[in-house]
Amino acid sequence: MAKELLKATDVSEVFGGLKAVSDFNFHINKGELVGLIGPNGAGKTTAFNLITGVYQPTTGEIQFDGKSIVGLKPYQITQRGIARTFQNIRLFSELTVLENVKIAFHFHVKYGLLESVFRMGRYFKEEEKIEEEALKLLKIFHLEDKAGELAKNLPYGAQRRLEIARALAAKPKLLLLDEPAAGMNPQETKELMEMISWIRKEFGLTILLIEHDMSLVMGICERIYVLEYGMIIAQGTPDVIKNDPEVIRAYLGGEA
Amino acid sequence: MKYLRKNDFIMIGFAVVLFAVLQGLIAGRILSSFWQLNLLIVGINVIMAVSLNLINGYTGQFSLGHAGFMAVGAYVGVVLTTNFHLPFLAALVAGAVAAGILGFLIGIPTLRLRGDYLAIATLGLGEIIRIVIMNIDYVGGAAGFKGIPHHTTFAWVFFLMLFALFFIKNFVNSNQGRACLAIRENEIAAESMGVNTTKYKIMAFTIGAAFAGVAGVLFAHSFYLISPNSFTFMQSFNYLIMVVMGGLGSITGSIAGAFVVTFISAALASWPEFRMIIYALALILMMFYRPQGLFGYMEVTNMRIFRKIFKKGGRADG
Repeated sequence: MAKELLKATDVSEVFGGLKAVSDFNFHINKGELVGLIGPNGAGKTTAFNLITGVYQPTTGEIQFDGKSIVGLKPYQITQRGIARTFQNIRLFSELTVLENVKIAFHFHVKYGLLESVFRMGRYFKEEEKIEEEALKLLKIFHLEDKAGELAKNLPYGAQRRLEIARALAAKPKLLLLDEPAAGMNPQETKELMEMISWIRKEFGLTILLIEHDMSLVMGICERIYVLEYGMIIAQGTPDVIKNDPEVIRAYLGGEA
Repeated sequence: MKYLRKNDFIMIGFAVVLFAVLQGLIAGRILSSFWQLNLLIVGINVIMAVSLNLINGYTGQFSLGHAGFMAVGAYVGVVLTTNFHLPFLAALVAGAVAAGILGFLIGIPTLRLRGDYLAIATLGLGEIIRIVIMNIDYVGGAAGFKGIPHHTTFAWVFFLMLFALFFIKNFVNSNQGRACLAIRENEIAAESMGVNTTKYKIMAFTIGAAFAGVAGVLFAHSFYLISPNSFTFMQSFNYLIMVVMGGLGSITGSIAGAFVVTFISAALASWPEFRMIIYALALILMMFYRPQGLFGYMEVTNMRIFRKIFKKGGRADG
């Protein structure tokens, strides 16, 4: 169980003169649920973008499942098994809820261009399979009765859930959630927490999540990394993090 | 999924009836030769509009050089039929392949650009193609290519139009087409869902260009003479107007747009000075009252009045 699924070694990302992330060392074991926290602008989303290939690290090495993923394009990394959600929701807003999920099955579909334009061979069978699987996912996230609606017309909380459903459709091994509870009320956050724990068990996922909501992070994460000014200042179990003086200083301020 | 097949059969049945009626009108000499020619032009414009819609409306890549690809198809086609006496079908295939290859080669560098920059680059490319043709003496240069055999019949146009419509409709409703829609909606999200965005942009561009090539071959063989001036950027603009007027991202819309624009310009043929004014007015009114185009994302198959005929139409299954 303790096999490392994702490992970053000495990763730095420099934008001009700004060191967004520096000497970033961390790892996630298979099956773990790890949290990444830190004040605004600490470099959490940059870390996500480095893992998913949106940015290329200036220096350092990132390995997924024992192989380097540095230099791969985002879609190649997704195909290796890392899916993500976005802090500022990025749904395909003019498409229906169902289509949003179907798109994420993209690289699992096994029919070619000719089969789709002439509707031969595996086209109907594969399409039926995708539709069935997509509806199953929507059901898990209580979105099945909204399947035909445009994604932009969903309420905020439902859009967040749809993003997770869509990420799961890519059948990842590692799921990255960027502030999944942002803008949710405590009741919704609680439901989300339960949902995350449930899908993790059901799909055998490893999850890395960024979150500001401490009740959520402390409640479900097994291990937490704390970032500040692009550096990891603490790591450990929720109890260790809660009592770490560095962390308290970073969050509450204090005499420097 | 069976309803999809059923809808296809209804569509084909409807198309065959429409073809029989129109062909009857032509054979019975009820339509004047002016309107007969316009019927051909409508069909060709439908192919142009729907293939441009694949690039602009479905994949969201703003291309303004569609007439350039049409020109490539037209010239490749006429050289093969006139100088080499090859059959018309061979010319059609060659025109499609030539335009498609060019689209592919041009797509690789230009599709890295976004929005306005892509529009400017493709506008320039369309003009470059035209000017290159103008300077090739082998195809008649600026004076044009003369002595083209009159191969284009209503049947060719109609059935190739039908082929193009079904091809693009099925493409849009497939895994590949969904990838294109995802690119239009949000490129970053598409990429992070495992979609190779470059590949699908180029795929859409190539298919669009190939159909423009087919339209070009049909267009050239409707006349005795073609010249580079038939493929100016005003022409590209015309196709864009059809697509925008009908609705970006609606095949039904592209058909309607091609009809409306072609017939307006045919009806105004005697008053050419008013034509552009009326175009402009129509577009301005459109922007005010219906910015999404006549159909928006709507298709015949999912409109309420046709619900009885079509079972639960999917996107663009029109």
